[in-house]
Amino acid sequence: MSSSTDINPRRLVGITAERATNVSNAEFPGHYPGEDHSWDLQKFYENTTVRVTKLSNRSIEFDIIGVDASIANAFRRIMLAEVPTVAIERVYVFDNTSIIQDEVLAHRIGLVPLNVDPGIMDYRDPNDETLATDRNTIVFKVDLTCTRNPSVPKGSSEDPAVLYTNHEFLSSHLVWQPAGEQETVFAEVDKPGSTNPNIVLAKLRPGQSINMELHAVKGVGKDHAKFNPVATASYRLHPNIVLKGDIPPDRIEALKKCFAPGVVRVNSLTGKPYIDREAMRGDYVTREVLRHPDLADKVELSRIRDHFIFGVETEGAYKPEALLPEAIKVMRSKISTMKAAAEALLEVKRQEDVTMGES
Amino acid sequence: MAEPSRPKIIIMKGATDNLSAATYQIYGESHTIGNSLRWMLMKNPKVEFCGYSVPHPSEPTIQIRIQMYDDLSSLEALIKALSDLDDLCVSIENKYETTLQHDDYYRFEEKS
Repeated sequence: MSSSTDINPRRLVGITAERATNVSNAEFPGHYPGEDHSWDLQKFYENTTVRVTKLSNRSIEFDIIGVDASIANAFRRIMLAEVPTVAIERVYVFDNTSIIQDEVLAHRIGLVPLNVDPGIMDYRDPNDETLATDRNTIVFKVDLTCTRNPSVPKGSSEDPAVLYTNHEFLSSHLVWQPAGEQETVFAEVDKPGSTNPNIVLAKLRPGQSINMELHAVKGVGKDHAKFNPVATASYRLHPNIVLKGDIPPDRIEALKKCFAPGVVRVNSLTGKPYIDREAMRGDYVTREVLRHPDLADKVELSRIRDHFIFGVETEGAYKPEALLPEAIKVMRSKISTMKAAAEALLEVKRQEDVTMGES
Repeated sequence: MAEPSRPKIIIMKGATDNLSAATYQIYGESHTIGNSLRWMLMKNPKVEFCGYSVPHPSEPTIQIRIQMYDDLSSLEALIKALSDLDDLCVSIENKYETTLQHDDYYRFEEKS
């Protein structure tokens, strides 16, 4: 039978039928008599684990073990709202006779994920529109007219792709207009455009056309969700399931069904059930087992309070593995801004104390 | 995006003269910094009390209240907490880079 003796009970958030118990960590100086919980970088470094578990071209899963929820949450919030990206902010419509209204189409175009590295762009001053330069604005043009395909005999097909040319306005129709030094800057990397060429932005029929100029700028997710660099960024706490006491052999099947597949296994020699630690990680902790009166007291459900399993998916310019470092970079720059401001305040305070001492 | 004239941190009315108890208003920050800074300040044994609030969801400010033992300066504690938070970020980043480069993890391809 599996045991949780290796996990400090102080690290567990209990999960009972109607309540979560021991929700917050209380390891602060002065809380536990005789224990020192003051900040110690060395101790923190030794007790913290970061581990990547899965990586693809679009998503990453990693564990951060040994940090407080406020830290994990800060990284998650920064990934969502404060890591900059580039998105289309201004749409100048010269002609739009498609069925989609200008403002709706403009909104859809804004949401197109662009492949531009935000690191090479500056922020544009929102108070001064004349300040568009080659360093803060990327210009795209769209000029599409849908026409009938003359080579297709009448009535021979129902498919608009056969009948017409340009029957769809796709994200691949954005044509980059290089300006200034952009031609050389983007020479080594991919040409600016959508990361996904197949996003349908509008459908067209013969005679309808779209002619627009689009300006992409750098921004952050807290300003508009289109600047959000991640598709999702979330974390969950590592589940912890412990069996205690004997389970009658005829109830083992019922026990298995209370958890995700593979979590409860049976030892082939003893016939006793045990928890598969590997599979337990993926359990949903549904509390189904607590609905069975005969099984409820044989199982202890909990989650590990300081074991965060992050899942980050991306569709934009950043590689999934680059997002946490970017979030940390943003966090550190926030800290250094605040530190400079606080040190300036301290200096002012010292000056005041000196002048007051003299008078 | 910020109005340039607005200071990043101000000490709010009602602070003691030696700043052993003070409330700081930080402009342009939210729960992200508020909660993690509060946690780091509470890790300081010389801090008697620390709490933060976001006074209004449509105003981009937070307020952090710090009260110190032994008439110590809360401003110095704030600066120390900021440096410690920075150290924490660096160690997490180091550990992340190490695992990313050296660990053997599951890799796969996804269609977008």
